[in-house]
Order: sequence, then C-alpha cells, then structure tokens
Amino acid sequence: MLDAILVMSGLALFLGGVLGYASIRFHVQGNALVEKIDAILPQTQCAQCGFPGCRPYAEAIAEGRADINQCPPGGDANIHKLADLLGVEFKPLNASHGEPKPKSVAFIDESTCIGCTLCLQACPVDAICGAPKQMHTIIAQECTGCELCIAPCPVDCIFMIPVQENISNWKWKQPAYLKGTA
Amino acid sequence: MNSPYLAQSSSVAQIMVKVLLALVPAIAAYVWFFGPAVLVTIALASATALALEAVMLKLRKKPVKPYLLDGSALLTAWLLALSIPPMGPWWMIVTGTAFAIVIAKHLYGGLGSNPFNPAMVGYAVLIISFPVQMTQWLAPLSIAQSHLDFMSQIGYMFFHALPQGAQLDAFTSATPLDTLKTQLHLDRPMAAIMSMPVYGAIGGTGGQWVAAAYLAGGLYLLQQKIISWHVPAAFIATIFIASGAFHLIDPAHHASPWFELATGATMICAFFILTDPVTGPTTPRGKLIFASGAGFLTFVIRTYGGYPDGVAFAVLLMNICVPLIDAYTQPSVFGKKK
Amino acid sequence: MRALHHFNGGVHPPEHKCESTLRPIQQPPLPEKLVIPLHQHIGNSAKPLVEAGDTVLKGQMIGKAEGYVSGAIHAPTSGKILSVGHESVPHPSGLKDLCIVLEPDGLESWIDLQPLDPLNMDPSTLRNRLRDAGVVGLGGAVFPSFIKLNPGTGKRIKTLVLNGAECEPYITCDDMLMRERAREIIEGAAVMRHMLHAEEVVIGIEDNKPQAISAMREAAGQSMEVVAVPTIYPGGGAKQLIRVLTGIEVPAGERSTDLGVQCFNVATAASVHRAIRYGEPVLSRIVTVTGNVRNPGNFEALIGTPMDHLIDQTGPLEGSTGAIMGGPMMGFDLPSTAVPVVKATNCIIVKSDALFPKKPQPMPCIRCARCAESCPADLQPQELYWFAKAGNFGKAQEYALFDCIECGCCSYVCPSHIPLVQFYRYAKSEIWAQEREKKAADLARIRHDLRLERIEREKREKAERLAQKSAQAKTAENSQPEQK
Repeated sequence: MLDAILVMSGLALFLGGVLGYASIRFHVQGNALVEKIDAILPQTQCAQCGFPGCRPYAEAIAEGRADINQCPPGGDANIHKLADLLGVEFKPLNASHGEPKPKSVAFIDESTCIGCTLCLQACPVDAICGAPKQMHTIIAQECTGCELCIAPCPVDCIFMIPVQENISNWKWKQPAYLKGTA
Repeated sequence: MNSPYLAQSSSVAQIMVKVLLALVPAIAAYVWFFGPAVLVTIALASATALALEAVMLKLRKKPVKPYLLDGSALLTAWLLALSIPPMGPWWMIVTGTAFAIVIAKHLYGGLGSNPFNPAMVGYAVLIISFPVQMTQWLAPLSIAQSHLDFMSQIGYMFFHALPQGAQLDAFTSATPLDTLKTQLHLDRPMAAIMSMPVYGAIGGTGGQWVAAAYLAGGLYLLQQKIISWHVPAAFIATIFIASGAFHLIDPAHHASPWFELATGATMICAFFILTDPVTGPTTPRGKLIFASGAGFLTFVIRTYGGYPDGVAFAVLLMNICVPLIDAYTQPSVFGKKK
Repeated sequence: MRALHHFNGGVHPPEHKCESTLRPIQQPPLPEKLVIPLHQHIGNSAKPLVEAGDTVLKGQMIGKAEGYVSGAIHAPTSGKILSVGHESVPHPSGLKDLCIVLEPDGLESWIDLQPLDPLNMDPSTLRNRLRDAGVVGLGGAVFPSFIKLNPGTGKRIKTLVLNGAECEPYITCDDMLMRERAREIIEGAAVMRHMLHAEEVVIGIEDNKPQAISAMREAAGQSMEVVAVPTIYPGGGAKQLIRVLTGIEVPAGERSTDLGVQCFNVATAASVHRAIRYGEPVLSRIVTVTGNVRNPGNFEALIGTPMDHLIDQTGPLEGSTGAIMGGPMMGFDLPSTAVPVVKATNCIIVKSDALFPKKPQPMPCIRCARCAESCPADLQPQELYWFAKAGNFGKAQEYALFDCIECGCCSYVCPSHIPLVQFYRYAKSEIWAQEREKKAADLARIRHDLRLERIEREKREKAERLAQKSAQAKTAENSQPEQK
C-alpha cells in the first residue's frame, strides 16, 4: 500500500516537474504569437475587423479579445490558417464584418478630383500621392484595396476596380477530370 | 488538353493482365502436380472478387466499368486463391476474398490507396480464423495414398461431403514447411526428415516445380519491366543468406537455403506479392530495404514462429513501414548529389 | 573523342522529324499585317517607342528594353504602325498582351546597319549591342543572351556548350538551320567564346541528325568540337546536355557559369553572329510548321507573322483540331492560329485526333514509379503529384518541385494517364501567387508601420513646437518687465 502511494506520488512529482520545466523552457512569447498572427493577416489595414489595422487585430486575437473570423479580405482560407496556428476550431467568417470581395484597387477619377487631400489622410499605407489643390492619384501597386479612401471623398471620385487577370498573374488551373476517377 | 500530348500505350489494365499472364505457368504446374481443384478455387475467388468490387464501386459512387476492367480485383483473387489450400471449403474462399476486396482494399480508398496487400490481409484473416482448414493441403498426386476425382473434390468444397469410404487424410497432407516444423519438434534428424516422400530434390515434391514456374513468370515480368529487380533480388538474397548462415551453423535443425527458396510462398512472394506497387515503397533503395525486411521476417517466422510459413505476416508488417521507408530513402535530386 | 556522360530517366517518343526536313528552309511571302508582342522574352516587357501612324524602317527599334532583364523589340520590316494595344498572343492563358501592329509597305527599307569587328572589341560593348539587338535564347526559353554572356568578375568559363540536340519530337528548325547555315552558327559561337573567354566550344547534336552533324563538323573544322550525343528525350534540355557533354550537373537555382559552363542554342549563336557582324537585330526566326498539314516544312518567318499565314503555305488538311506551339511534350495549345510568331516559336504543330488521340480517363496512381524512373531531374513525381493534388505546396517544395523542368516524361509513361505535369504547373503557379501575395502584404505592413511612425512623429513635433512656443511666450512675459 505504502509502496504504491510512494511510487504514485513520486511519479506525480516527477511529471509535474517536467511539465513545469517545459512550460518555462518552451514558453511562447506573447509578442512572438502576435507576429505569427500578423504574418497570416492580409495587411489590407481596412479595419473591417473593428480594430484600427491588422496588427491591433492580431494583438486582440492573441489576448483573446477578438475572434479569428473577423477579417473579410483574408476570407475562409486565412481563418483556417489562424485556426491551425492557435489550435482552435475553424468557424466561418462573421458576416457582420463584411463579405469577402475579389481583390480590387482604388482608382481616382482625375477629372472630378478637387485635391482636398482627405483621401490622403485616410489611406493606411500612403498609397495616394497628391497635395492640396493638386490632383491626387493612386499608386496601384501599393493599394491594398481597403476602401477607406472612398467614404471621406467629398466628390465621390474614387472607384474600386477589381484586379484583372493578366499574363503575369495568370495561374495554371488544377487539372479537373471526371468526378470519381483517380 | 495540355502537354505532353503524347502518351505511351500502357495502362493499369495492361500491367495487371501481364501479371495474371505470368501466373499461368504456375497454375499449370499446380494443376499438373496437385490436380485441378485449384482451378475451382481460383474461379470462385475471381467471381467473388469481381462481384464485390462492382458492389463496392457502386457504393462508393465510382465508375464501375473502367475499374472493374483494370484487373486489380482479379489479381487479388488469384493471389489469394494460390496462397490457400486448393480444396478449401467454399465459404472460406469467399470470406477471404471478401475481406481482401471490401475491407483491405475499398474501405482504405480502393485501387492505389490501400496500405496493406489485400491478398495477404485475406490470407491472414483466414489462417487466424480457420487454422484447421487452412492447413489441409492436397498431397501431390504422385505420393497421395488415394485420389479423389474432380467431381468429388467439388463436392467436398461446396457440401463438405466425401464419397463413401474416402478418408480426408488419404489425399491431404501438411505442407513441406509444416512437416519440417513438426518433425524437428519430434527431434528427428534432418537427413531422415528430408528423405520423406513429401520432399523432392530441393523443395517439396511437386511444390518445387510450382515454385520454379513462379520464378519463370517472375522473370517474364522482369523482362517486361513490370517489376524491377530490387524487390525479388533483395527478398531472395535475404532469405538465402539468413537460412544459409543458420544452416551452416546448425545443419541438424535448419534446412538448406535452397530448400527455403523452393518451398512455401517464397517465390510467389518475391515476384508477385511483394512487388505490388501500391503497398510497397517507390524508391530503389526503399525497395531493397522493404524486401530485405520481408525476407528476414519470413525466415524468422518460419523458424521460430507458430505458423508454418511467415510470408503473409512478413509482408503485412513491412507494409506498415512503407511510408517511413519512402520518406527516408528519397534519392538525391539532379545536381544535388551528396 | 570526348567521353560522354549519362543522365537518368528520359523516354523515346516517336520522332516525326522526317516529315518536315524534306524541303529546304522556305521564305514565306510578306503577310499583310505583323503583330509584334512587346513581351517576347523572360523579364520585363519592352517599352513601346512608336505610336499608331508612325512609319518605321526594317530593323528599327520599336520597343526598348526595360530594366536589366529585358530585351529590345524591332520592326521586322518597313511599314506603318497601325496600333499599339492589347492583342491575342501565343500564351497558354489565351489572354491578350501589349502588341505593336505593323502594316508592311513591301519596300523592306533597312535602317543603317552598323557591323562590328567583335574579336578586337571589349565584351561589354558587344553585350550592349546584343541587348539592343533583342538577342534572346531561341531554344524556347527566350532568356536575354547578353546576361548569359556576362559571367561576372572572377568567374572562369571552361566550356561553351552549343545546344543542337533538338530532342523534342516534330521540331526540326535547329536541324535545318545547322544543315543550311552551319557557318553562321560557328561564327556566332566564335564571338561568344571571345565574350566568355571560354577555353573550349563543344557542340552537342543528337545522333538522329547525321546531316546536321556533318555540316557542322565541316564548318567547325578544328576550332570546335561537334559531338554526336545519343538520341533520348529530353537530351536537349540545357542541364541534360551539359551533363552528357561535360559530366557536370547544374542544380536547380544555380547558374551553370558558377560551374564553368555556359550553354546556348545553335539558333541563338546564329543570331549573335548576325547582330554583331552585320548589325541585324532579331527580326525573324526559323519555325517548323508540321502536323496535320500537306507539306510540312521550315520557314524563315518574320517575328509577328500570323501563324495561319505560315500554315496556309503548308496546305492545311481536313480534321484539324487546333494547333500547338512548341513540341508535343512541352508545348501548349494556342488560343487560335491567328496569333503571331514570336521569338520563342520554334514549332507550330497542327493537331488532329489521328495524330494526338484523346487520352483515356485518368485512373488512380498505383505507385508503380515509372514516372520516377523516367524523370531526368531524379524527382519522385508520384509524391509531388500527391502533394500538389492535396494542395500541400510546402511539402511539394520540400520534394524539390521547382527542380521539375516540366519535360513531360512522367505523364508520357504514366499507365494511369494522370496529367502529372499539369499538377506541377498548377502547384508552381499557386506557390508563385502566394509569394506575390506575401510580398504585397509585407510591403503594406511596412508602409502602414511607416505611416503610423510618421503620424506619431508629427504629433510629437507639433507638441514640441507648442511647448517651445509657450516656453517662448513665458520667457517673453518674464522679460517684459525688464524691458520696461
């Protein structure tokens, strides 16, 4: 009887020690987790998640203040990646934050633009160039398609144009063959 | 359509048909030395396999025709039929085939996805479930005390009925490997055992010629490039070396390496069972490791195990290791040789 | 005799080369319209230098190389520019790309040609000439040649390999070029040797082209070695030919110059010769037109010639089902036969069901590993297929997906008729797309961080300014009584 108790408690102490050591040795830095989450997020900086950018949202996820399904530009694919990273169940995109859309870039109709600079201040990635009373234009390569510039424009001269498939971004499709074979 | 626009005129069905063709000499030898009962076993197993294959394909919502005609179910049936006693009861044949096709093959994803050799799974199930029936082998015609005519054999298989006065023991016998094991247990000297009528010049009477026919079929497959040399060579060499070493050390308790090669399922395993591409490794080095492992396990089970032959278990045990073997034997890529 | 080496794998598809070698290289009549794409090479698209309505001379530069990896584009004949816009081009996507449309005036009035005397000139001058002449690899890869002719400081090139293997079925343009213009190729090779300071020049030709071999041997004399290499597909892959001739294996992602070898197609050598010795930019190339046509043959076609113009010369037959650009192992379906000949167009094969029967439905992979045995890059195609199909791209890269040269041997031998190469192309383009997205995201992250920093800094500076102002105001207040 006594043997059993001694053995069991010895074992418990040993395993507890191992677990305790592991939790210190393999402790994941809070920041490291934020970095990993931030690396998955699409960096659109659109704030549709309810946070003022991708990094604040990543911090919120890491601290458990936000759910993983609040990012429409990332879509289901990113939610899967976040679920894998955090070891939680996948859940479909929360529609209250918006619907996923095809990747678009903003375009300024230069004949209507009055050069008010309001969109410049709204752009989270400084992808609009212009100056007061000067016509503005969007650097298409840098535009993340966040749509934050559309609302402030007093003359509604900004449009979203979906990115067209061209020869340099064209992709080979997965071979599709008769269902059931292979 | 996309490139390449050209394709060699080969198909899965063609490969399977060639393997079936390569089995024909062995079946002929079987019939010659042991009588035609094996044909009934093969026919019954084939019918069962095809029927169940069709049912499973339907259930899995796969196109029936191309898969049924690929010949893989037929090959499984033949290999199983050739591995079990030729005059086994019909329900045993059906059970074994059903297990092979339904569970070992289709429940694991069908052609190309099964991790275990279906025929060997069928065999393993039968030898564990029905050890008595699985050891009632037909004696070679040349040494059997009496003969049972073909119709009576069929009668025994389907109705478990023997003609008046016929004794089961008179026309069945243990296999050469089985006999060796029992006799060694009785402490009889090796020379005396080997002079028993069930033994021929190298292996078992009759059985050695069937083995030779498997070898011939296997050479045909090698010539046709259906199989590569790695698996049969490694398997045969390992058995030969292992049994040869033990034979040299202790000839009184270990048969000669030639005997090990010519008896049991060594040859059918080397050329037809281990070479199943689906359940084997794909890399050349992997094939060598896989087949050597199977050879060694076969020898160990034969020598120390409870079953007379170890091929089925050796194959299944090595099947488990295939993903690991493949992962660790990746050949180096062009330009990145170490 | 040179000791030849060997590469693993390879296949022997039916050659179908005799059909198009019966006639000498033909000069097709001038087409009514030339459509000249601005992106005919690896790298950046050329920048158009002309506008609709301009008249151009034969050989005039109409597209300027943009950035380092790019190539210039020239007017293949004199005439009028009709438009600069998006037109259908030979690309597997079938998408349109920026092209210059030229209406020939039939006068063939040349620009002033400026021949160079290469052997007394600095290689960098020659490289600039090649860049401005739009010389790119004509074997199909269309990589700008001047870059490959710049080995970099401290690198020594031992062997210059000329690739006349032409291993792919149906294609005979290099064969015919070697038979008829061996002199030009050898002259070009001499220029390249000078530019690279190469010790030796070795010309590899598959032994199914005896006429080309003897023509090249005669032209080369003692100065260069012409080697007959065994006929096996893909023996004309640059890496495979380098391996066979020198024993050196060039790993994927490494440059062969680092290993002391450089390899060019024979047609590229000929165009180097013309660009340097005569000052002629690349205006035309030899194109094999074969397949389901009455008189298959080779044509010296101007860049931009609509392909159906060439097919018309060969007499099309009934039952055609579209056309392939390139060979039957690595080529691709053309969106239409109206697309123009580009610098990469070595062959046009008119398809028919008789020549290229429909493949049976794919069956599951039975892991027979025939693909692995036939793979010239020593890959495990069955594993790559598995990972590509499952979308497990990371694992596919681990199994060296990007070492795949898409030669098609695996698909060719597959008894289950699985379109393996298509799976690899799909996986590669998905990986590239992911990398593009990641790059864009990283850029956005950096720009966003910089913006936040800027706003922070502006706020701080403003606060500091305010503080300073109030401090000044205070000192002013304090000092006022003193003034009084």
